[in-house]
Amino acid sequence: MPDVQALVNEFLIKLKKRKIEGSQATARQTAELLRSLISQQRVPYTNQAGALIDAVKAVGEQLIAANPVELAVGNIVRRVLHIIREEDLSLTTAAMAGLNLSAVSDDEDDADHDDHPVLSAAAVAAAARSTLRAPSLQTLLEDVTDAAAVPHPSSSGGDSEGKSKSADKSSRSRKLKHDVIEAVNELIEDICTCHEQIAEQAVEHIHQNEVILTLGSSRTVLEFLCAAKEKKRSFRVFVAEGAPRYQGHLLAKELVARGLQTTLITDSAVFAMISRVNMVIVGAHAVMANGGVVAPVGLNMVALAAQRHAVPFVVLAGSHKLCPLYPHNPEVLLNELRSPSELLDFGEFSDCMDFGNGTGSPLLHVVNPTFDYVPPKLVNLFITDTGGHNPSYMYRLIADYYSADDLVVQRRPATGS
Amino acid sequence: MDPRRAPRTVIDPKVRQVGFFAPPGRSHSAPPEIVSSSSSSSPPVSDLSPSGNSLSPVMIPPPRHSSDNRPVPLPPVPASPLRRDSIVSGSYNPSDFFTATSPTASSYVSRMVAVGEGEVSDDVAAVLSPGRGLARGSLVKAFAAPAVTGASSLPSGGFDLTAVKASSVPLSGLTTVSVVNLPPGIAESNAEKTGGGSVEVQNDIPASSKPQKEKSTKAERRALQEAQRAAKAAAKAEGSKGPGAASASVTQAKPAKSAKAPSQKNENASVVGSEKKGGDRAQEKDRKKDVPHPRMQYDDKSRVEKAKRRAVVKQTEARNRVELFRHLPQYEHGTQLPDLQSKFFQLDPMHPNVYKVGLQYLSGDISGGNARCVAMLQAFREAITDYSTPPEKTLSRDLTAKISSYVSFINECRPLSISMGNAIRFLKSRIAKLPLSLSESEAKASLQSDIDRFISEKIILADKVIVKHAVTKIRDGDVLLTYGSPSAVEMMLLHAHELGKQFRVIVVDSRPKLEGQLLLRRLVGKGLNCTYTHINAVSYIMHEVTRVFLGASSILSNGTVYSRVGTACVAMVAHAFRVPVLVCCEAYKFHERVQLDSICSNELGDPEAIAKFPGREENKDLNEWTNSENLQLLNLSYDATPSDYVSMIITDYGMVPPTSVPVIVREYRREHFWI
Repeated sequence: MPDVQALVNEFLIKLKKRKIEGSQATARQTAELLRSLISQQRVPYTNQAGALIDAVKAVGEQLIAANPVELAVGNIVRRVLHIIREEDLSLTTAAMAGLNLSAVSDDEDDADHDDHPVLSAAAVAAAARSTLRAPSLQTLLEDVTDAAAVPHPSSSGGDSEGKSKSADKSSRSRKLKHDVIEAVNELIEDICTCHEQIAEQAVEHIHQNEVILTLGSSRTVLEFLCAAKEKKRSFRVFVAEGAPRYQGHLLAKELVARGLQTTLITDSAVFAMISRVNMVIVGAHAVMANGGVVAPVGLNMVALAAQRHAVPFVVLAGSHKLCPLYPHNPEVLLNELRSPSELLDFGEFSDCMDFGNGTGSPLLHVVNPTFDYVPPKLVNLFITDTGGHNPSYMYRLIADYYSADDLVVQRRPATGS
Repeated sequence: MDPRRAPRTVIDPKVRQVGFFAPPGRSHSAPPEIVSSSSSSSPPVSDLSPSGNSLSPVMIPPPRHSSDNRPVPLPPVPASPLRRDSIVSGSYNPSDFFTATSPTASSYVSRMVAVGEGEVSDDVAAVLSPGRGLARGSLVKAFAAPAVTGASSLPSGGFDLTAVKASSVPLSGLTTVSVVNLPPGIAESNAEKTGGGSVEVQNDIPASSKPQKEKSTKAERRALQEAQRAAKAAAKAEGSKGPGAASASVTQAKPAKSAKAPSQKNENASVVGSEKKGGDRAQEKDRKKDVPHPRMQYDDKSRVEKAKRRAVVKQTEARNRVELFRHLPQYEHGTQLPDLQSKFFQLDPMHPNVYKVGLQYLSGDISGGNARCVAMLQAFREAITDYSTPPEKTLSRDLTAKISSYVSFINECRPLSISMGNAIRFLKSRIAKLPLSLSESEAKASLQSDIDRFISEKIILADKVIVKHAVTKIRDGDVLLTYGSPSAVEMMLLHAHELGKQFRVIVVDSRPKLEGQLLLRRLVGKGLNCTYTHINAVSYIMHEVTRVFLGASSILSNGTVYSRVGTACVAMVAHAFRVPVLVCCEAYKFHERVQLDSICSNELGDPEAIAKFPGREENKDLNEWTNSENLQLLNLSYDATPSDYVSMIITDYGMVPPTSVPVIVREYRREHFWI
């Protein structure tokens, strides 16, 4: 069994080096990492949930710090924390209600994440959690385990290499870990299948002879369009190439390969063409709790143009992209500047770099941001794997996936709960 | 103001004639003026037609008709309600009229008389339509058919031509060619008619038709073909008609050829008389629309075919044309250049300088509105220097034809920009207004100085004025954003830098041209503090921007800024961020056309340029897909920025809001015509 810490470190390096492309891949790998972390985590008798939470938080903190802009990492960490809490809650409620229910609880959990994640979550615990009330209240009313967790030192939290004799845990502790891992597996499953689930809704949104505009490349968009195509809808797609990476070319190629009528345009032609477009469908990097979207650069421009011409601006986002945080100055804080070489050839402009104005800074600057922030008022519709939603509803949707305790993923002496 | 007023007064009489619009009182003063103006200005060459296009942006019905009246020295004799049609159909533009009228005047008059006598209004329209065709370049097409039909209709009217005769004879005398060219149909009618007077009337028509050749758009080539066809048909008809026609037929080919463009609807009408009425009506409707340029619509297969047969530049159709832009030329790029180069020695009528400029356009060596315009004008200047009037031709007419052929060649190399259209219009109007008394060398010298003056006043000086104005809008600490590589803005930035203002420049750029890099290099070379980014990042960078300076290829009279594609995006984002957008544009680029979107009229660049990536391997294989039917590559060259995104337009007439554009267009036109 490879050391978890080694895995964590490896993943950290990848994140730091931005080796992982796309929030979906990031999300999946994060979830897998956390799963192995949980499975190898030794849990004490009394406070398994607390121990797990601490362990996950410790790792999560590092992961988030490694790439703060990749919000999917934080999202997944929080969701895993949420899962642990949920499982723990359902177990304890079951235990309190009576031993006979413990068998059922497993099914209940399945239902949670399988069938109606939204509804069941709301039904089970959302009333408390989603209203974002203070975490302590819940623990006071419902359970004592978490409260008991507080005094526990987090010695076992970080890394537990010690071969303790906890191999023979009580059935309950084993049950918790097992349930959590099950649930995380479902989460991974969800992440992997979110494209299909979103794509299923394509026919409901695309009609015959529609003209759709998109920018750059997004796998979700690709699947979405292709799903509509498979359902015998015929429509045409304008693809803006998406400077500076020009992934629109890749998307166009894929679309053409699947037999869609595709027109590749330059980014600058977006405003010219948008008046002939029926709908803008784009992918997102992350969706914030206020309904704002952190999206590939250029989409703010597209959204403004779409608004000007009253063209619906539709954002496709898997649930792993839903971020429970509210953005502050996202254009700058949730952004990342990439290498200028994508815009200017260093060789060509090397002579320009020499010009100094005396202050030591060069005369020439090159700005190459990665993301754009699209404010909620410019978005008409979100399509997630659970259906279509208004931007104003995103906060509520997000509350179903996360518990308020975890919004700040930081280990503190007195951990949230 | 005076020049402006003059046409109006002229106009009025006509209106009065109609008995519809104008209060009679106004008209009285007019007639004398009219006579004088028409006679003095009446070089036979009506070639100006392109210039004629310009309708003053703000149109008030009475002024419109002014042109019609002009020719009518005999004050509007019969004011019958029927006339209204004729008036409407008359050429709108006073300026054109000038040139066009003198020869045609007689014919008009006669027609009017006929009308007065109670002809059917339709016929009147038919009759008048030729005149209008002359006047407006755009409507040139209408001409040929109606001319013939008009002729036929005249006799039927059974009017008395004597009065006409008198007036027409002297006028027609001015035109050298006119006597020779008799459209066959006319000849016939003449035979029936008693006097030479009628003949003269007819003659005027062909004479006037010739000038139409000047039309600068692509329609020209097409028109030529059609004219030829019409000529052929006419010749045939003539053959059957009679001996008198025979002589005419020989000479005819030329006038017919020059009679540019029978409108599509009417093209058959010239051949088939029966169609004339419907055609006329359509024409009239057409006339009412003020579309200055009927541009060649490339989705019209038959016209494209014809144009192609005439084209000097051999173009191959792009494989995957974008459906939305069927109406624009979409050709394979890169094929024409070698072809043209190889043809260099076969194109004898083309002046080498013009040829050179055409090739430079084609290869993209010259780009940018001002540069293209200056290059073209200088090439024309050279061409004029080397020009000598062939025997039996008048300079003005032949030269206009020459220029037109150059223009159509250049247009094939790369579609004319609006500013170039304006310059050409200017040149043609200058040619048309050359006094007949001038010797050839004098005329040439005068034209050359006109061109020089245009370049220096309208372009170079204008830029200086713009720079002077714009610099006042830069304060210390400003962050200025510009897009692409607008020459006026560049001059302004450099000037401001020289003045010692402290500011930062953000250059926004986009594929495929990446003109911003050139600008960036020049600015950095001069020591300006620059930031470079691509257009997608414009909303990221806009936070720090305090002013946006943009250039324009043209400004249309509804305030729309027609400019390098992407300008609209930048302006939109700036608008959203509440950053003022200032557009620098010389007034000669203003145009009275209006446009709401970027699709109806645009220019398509080389689609391959989009697929190609310098130095990016992973995208190279896109090329293999360009053969697929499903993939289209769209390389737009321009877009239209709505006027509400523009805070201010800086032009050589000062700094104005976009709503003032029509005013400037109007003033500018006036000045232009009355120089």
